[in-house]
Order: sequence, then structure tokens, then C-alpha cells
Amino acid sequence: MDSPQIVISASPHLHSDRTSKKIMYDVVIALVPAFLVSLYVFGFNALITTSIAIVSCLLFEFLIQKYLMKSEVTITDGSALLTGILLAFNVPAGLPIWMIIVGSLAAIGIAKLSFGGLGFNVFNPALVGRVFLLVCFPVQMTLWPLAVVNNTSIADAVSGATTLGIIKEGLQFGQTMGELSSQIPSNMNMLLGITGGSLGEMSAIALLLGGLYLMIRKVISWHIPITILLTMAVMTGVFWTIDPEHYANPIIHLLSGGAILGAFYMATDMVTSPMTKKGMVIFAIGIGLITVIIRFYGAYPEGISFAILIMNAFVPLINSYFKPRRFGSKIKAKIM
Amino acid sequence: MLKTFSKGGIHPPENKLTSAKDIKRLPAPKVVYVPIAQHIGIPAEIIVDRKDKVEIGQVIAKSGGFVSSNIHSPVAGTVTKLDMIIDSSGYKKQCIVIRTDAKNETNFQEIDYPLKKEIDLEPAEIVKRISDFGIVGLGGATFPSHVKLNVKEDKKMDCLIINGVECEPYLTADHRLMLEKGEEIVVGIKILMKALHVNKAIIGIEDNKHDAVELFKRLTANEKQIQVAALQVKYPQGGEKQLISAILDREVPKNGLPMDVGVVVNNVGTVFAIYEAIQHNKPLIERVVTVTGKKLKNPSNFWVKIGTPIKDLIEEVGGMPEGTRKIINGGPMMGKAIKNTDVPVTKGTSGILIVDEDEACRGEVKNCIRCGECVNVCPMGLEPHLLMNLSEKGMYEKAAQEDIMTCIECGSCSYVCPSNRPLLDYIRFGKNITKQLASSKN
Ligand code: SF4
Ligand code: SF4
Repeated sequence: MDSPQIVISASPHLHSDRTSKKIMYDVVIALVPAFLVSLYVFGFNALITTSIAIVSCLLFEFLIQKYLMKSEVTITDGSALLTGILLAFNVPAGLPIWMIIVGSLAAIGIAKLSFGGLGFNVFNPALVGRVFLLVCFPVQMTLWPLAVVNNTSIADAVSGATTLGIIKEGLQFGQTMGELSSQIPSNMNMLLGITGGSLGEMSAIALLLGGLYLMIRKVISWHIPITILLTMAVMTGVFWTIDPEHYANPIIHLLSGGAILGAFYMATDMVTSPMTKKGMVIFAIGIGLITVIIRFYGAYPEGISFAILIMNAFVPLINSYFKPRRFGSKIKAKIM
Repeated sequence: MLKTFSKGGIHPPENKLTSAKDIKRLPAPKVVYVPIAQHIGIPAEIIVDRKDKVEIGQVIAKSGGFVSSNIHSPVAGTVTKLDMIIDSSGYKKQCIVIRTDAKNETNFQEIDYPLKKEIDLEPAEIVKRISDFGIVGLGGATFPSHVKLNVKEDKKMDCLIINGVECEPYLTADHRLMLEKGEEIVVGIKILMKALHVNKAIIGIEDNKHDAVELFKRLTANEKQIQVAALQVKYPQGGEKQLISAILDREVPKNGLPMDVGVVVNNVGTVFAIYEAIQHNKPLIERVVTVTGKKLKNPSNFWVKIGTPIKDLIEEVGGMPEGTRKIINGGPMMGKAIKNTDVPVTKGTSGILIVDEDEACRGEVKNCIRCGECVNVCPMGLEPHLLMNLSEKGMYEKAAQEDIMTCIECGSCSYVCPSNRPLLDYIRFGKNITKQLASSKN
């Protein structure tokens, strides 16, 4: 028998049913609870901002790949969709539509495709989009709509400030944490997401739920998110213990300023994080430290976006330094 | 917690369709095709000629050197041709064609010897017999067994490990053999312990073969020197280095051999062949083969004469199913795809796997998303994505520095890659070039 139907290929002849597409869509699923919370909190604005970001990311990827790069169009692989959602989650709900489009162009065009597309980018595309906007339009990017429950109309949006913003400004004007406490939301509200901030960063509970889903589905491991949060908790904890009047407590730090969104969804982006578990821990410690330093001494109250982008730049170095231990490199006492 | 090896590993669907099926003995085929290169090392040299009459078990090709092996006639009959035929490697190889003598009744005897426990031969005689009787590693590596038993003076052996892991999905040849020939295998283990002068042996069996674990625990209950280790189910635990790591927590050094950590590993099939050779004077002329696949009518385990064309086995299980896309000699992780079912069973054939469209086709190759999964699962602690990249770019020296040569070709990396990257294809390619470069330098 020698039939043309028979194919020859080298082993292995089996493949697991995990694909990169499934991984991307798993992350999308994980983000649904947080999106629902922001729909509840910001109403229609959340829907519009997210839709615009998704559509423009997909469209830019399509246009650039088809007409500029003349390469294969990969908009169905889920990665541009995810970038769109994450970009929306990182800007204030109700940001002017054209700014969202500019941010999408920065994310897809500059951060992803100009590096060669999915897998070749050094920096997290959604964060590049966010930081680009923050630098170009600092006023609009920090115009936080006040969390008004059941706000269904865009016109109702009132500008407020984020928890960390209030603290940073208050401390600069000589107030103490005690005096500021009445202005900052309760821990419970921060946990639930009834607070000011970027579209998708507020509800710790919803984000943690999605994070748990990603861990169960083995899309992410605990190494990056938990290490980041621990590092931040330890460092802010030390300062707070020494001087509680001038430093916010670790709970406030972890529950605000996008720490959880950053730790679970932005820093864990596979393309821009290290390969080995050891490398991941180093990367995550770096992010935690830089975030806290920026929060204490920098110009921006949140900091984690910059911290992740800075550590993204170190990933190639981390990968070449923290290699997996080769089997057979540990010589044990042999004969018993 | 059951024991397992230290790094990496995967758990593909087991699909052991034939684990409850007795090993059935097939009658000798009308014609056998016996290749002279069935083992790792130097091919054997043919010592028969056309028209010669041969007896069952007669040497028809002589070992070509130390790392080589004798080949015996699996049937009684007449040599009709010395021919070049395509073997499982896909290349034409020299082969002895023997027409079975239909009247010769040894061809039809079911050989089931009574158990013989006393070991009469001395260590040196055992090793010589294993060499003379053409025993090679039956787990798939086909490394001549006597070579492993020739322990150099300066190496101290303290443990014999018996590989009953059978970590490849689908295959059940070793599992069935353990269940059906348990006592013989225990005697075989003692023969090897005598030959190696070791007083400790451990049988490693994955826990998905719980019946075999129980059986061996029972059979060795009164043997202080033989232990059974039930292991967590994880591929590639059947790899020598992984098995030693799982059972003894010793790591064979890079580029080293099991001997370097005081261990010799033998597969259960090999141990049974050694039992038959030493106790019953039977050379290696048949082996157990699992013929399996989801679409087959009657997947089975068979005792098969070496040299039997694979198509005979496929007939035996109900014929080639519609829509077959791949025929694999061996298991799905490390087996070789073959084009042609005229290929004969050799000493290394542990299974024949027939797969259809759904299982056979590789997905579309996408960009590496740097997820690190390949790194996570590599049992040798390598970075498959990097090695593929270096091979692709022709940077072989760099690849060698990154330990490309230590890859055991288990395929775990290609199995998990969510972007379907052909990691092992490129790593193999890189290894081959690196080998050629190294030999051209010498
Ligand atoms: S095939 Fe080689 S590189 Fe790939 S997982 Fe196995 S040992 Fe590692
Ligand atoms: S598993 Fe595939 S996609 Fe992931 S790092 Fe390895 S090669 Fe890249």
C-alpha cells in the first residue's frame, strides 16, 4: 500500500489542544467581570470607550498589515482585540473618542507592528497606548469621571480624582493621612470598584476573580502578579509603619491606582514578560519596587504603567541571565 | 505523592486502548524481511546466501563490531533474496528475505516454556550469551544490551533499574508483557543483577498500570533486593535520564551515561528477552507489538516474528480504516511516520499506530508568543524556542553552547507550543548539522 493520502512528518505526532488564540480569548473572558462593574459604575461611557478602542485597534491592525506591511492579516488571533480592551481599561471612561483612536494607533502601530507584530514587541502595546496619551493629553487623561452609580448618560460625567491622586496632592499641601481619610473611599468601596480611576482598574474583586480564572486555566502563573503585589505591600508597609501620617497604608496601595489590573493583566502579557519562573520573579520585584518609588517620589500618583514598561525593556536581559537550570548540571553524591 | 522526574514533562491523553487485551501469538508469515541494521551501531554482516536453508534461531547476520548485534532467522525456511528494502527510517536498507517453510513445524509451535528459576550461567557467560543471542534494548532505543553490561573497571554500579514505564500514549506492549510474564521478568532481573554484580534492583512502573504495580509488589514480596516504584504518570518518564531522576533522584551529568551515577537501565521487554535467552536458549526473534488506533476495528497486542511486514499486522486488526492519514512506527510522541506498510517489524518496533485526519494534521504555524511553555516542559532544562531560532538562522555554534546536543528529542516542546511551532523539527536539524560539523573537524 502506498497511498497519496498518507502523510509523513517528524515526531511528535500529537499536539495539545491549547492554541495562542484560545489563550487570548481566555484573557478576554477573564476581563468580563471587571467590564461589567465598570458598566455599572460608568454606564454608557464604559461601553463607548471600550467599543471604540476595540474597533480602532482591529482596524489599525488590518489597515497596517494589509496596505503598509502587505503581510498576512492577523486580526482574528485575538491579540488586537485584547489590546483594545486593555487600552480602554487603562484610560478614563468617556475620554474623547478621537483620543482613544490616537491611543489605539500608538498601541498597534508603534508598539506592536513596527516591532514586527505579535511576539516581537518589546513593550506592552496597551500600556504604550496609555502612556502615549498620558504624555500628550495629561489633562484629559486625568479627568476622572466621578463614580456615579447608574449613570446612563455621558453628559452626567463629573470629574473627580483618584484615591492616590487625592493622597498625593493632599500630602504635598501638607495634609496628613488622618486629615485626608474622609476624602478617600472606604476599603470596601475600593474592593468593589466604587471609586475614581481608569475604566477597568477599580474593582479589585472583579479583577481578582478574572485573575483566578486565568490561573486555573494556566494562562498565567502566580509568579508575576503575586510577587508584584507582595513587593508593593512590603515596601509600602515599611514606610507606613514608620510614618503613618505621611504614607498611605498597603491596603490603599494595593486596591488603587491600577495595581491589580497591572499585576494580573498587564505585567503578565506573555510576549513582554520573562520566560522562566525565576525570571518572572525578578521582573515582578522590579515592577513592584519601581511602582512604589514612582508613587512616593514621582510626578504620577499611579506609577505601575511606567514600572511595567521599564521592566519590559529588561526582559531580554533577564531571559539571557536567568536561564532554566540544565538537566545534568547538578552533580549529586552518587553511590549510596 | 508519587515520585517523578525533576524537570518539565507533559501529560498527553493516554489512549491505552489495548491494555486489557492479551498478547496474541500470530502464525509465522509466509515471507519475512529481516534488515541487518535493526540496532544502534554498526550493521550486522550477512553470512547466508540466496537459496540457503535456514533454521529457526540460526544466525543469519553476524555482529559487525562491539556496538553491534547478531541477527537470527525468525523462521525456518529458505533465503530467497538479499535485497534493499525501505525500512522504518524511510531509506532503503539491506535486508534478508526468507520464505517460510510451510511444512516445518517449529514455525507453528506456540513456544511457552515452563518457568525456570535457577540461574546456571556465570556473569561472563551471561553477558556473552546476551551478545550472541542478539539482545538489544526493546524499549525503542535498540542499543545492544551487552554493551551496557560491560561495565568499565573504574565505574561502580550499585543499582539496576527496570523500565516498565511505557510513557508513550497508546502503547501497551510492555504493560501486557508485565502482566503475562511477571515471574519470568523477575527471574530476568536476577540474571541481570548477577551479571552486573549489583544487589539492588528497582522496577519503575507508572501508576496508570496499577495492576502491574500490584503484581510486581506481590511477586517481589519476598525479594529484599528487588523493589517496585510506582511513578506519577508523566511523559517522558521512560527516558533513561528521567527514570533515574524519578526513582533515585540522581542526575546523569550532561553528556554522561547512566553508568556515571552507578546505574544501568533495562526495559522490561529486554529483561524478558534476556530471560528467554539465558534460561531457554532462545535468541531474539520475536517481540510484542501493540497495533492500535482509534479507528481500527480491533486494536491488539501481538507476539510478532521479526521481519513480519506491517501490513500483515494491519490485516489482522481488521484492515486499514478509511481516511487513514498517518501510519506511525512506535508511539505518537517519538515514533516515525512511515509511508509504506511493506516495512517490516524490527527489534525496535514497539507499536504501530494508525491515525486519521483529526489527529494527524499539524496546525498552522504562528508567531512565537514567548509564553515560555516550551521552556517549562523541557525535561532537559533547555530553551526550545531559542534553539529553534538559532537553528533556523544557522547559528549552530551558539546553539551548541545552549546545549542543543543534550536534547533527547522527546517532543514535549512541540506538543505544548500554542503557536504550533515545529520546535523539535528545527532542533533535530540543528543537532544533525552540529554533529556533522563536529565530525568534520576531527
Ligand atoms: S524535544 Fe528536546 S528541546 Fe524539546 S522538550 Fe524534549 S528535550 Fe527539550
Ligand atoms: S511554546 Fe511556542 S509560543 Fe511559547 S515560547 Fe515556546 S515556541 Fe514560543
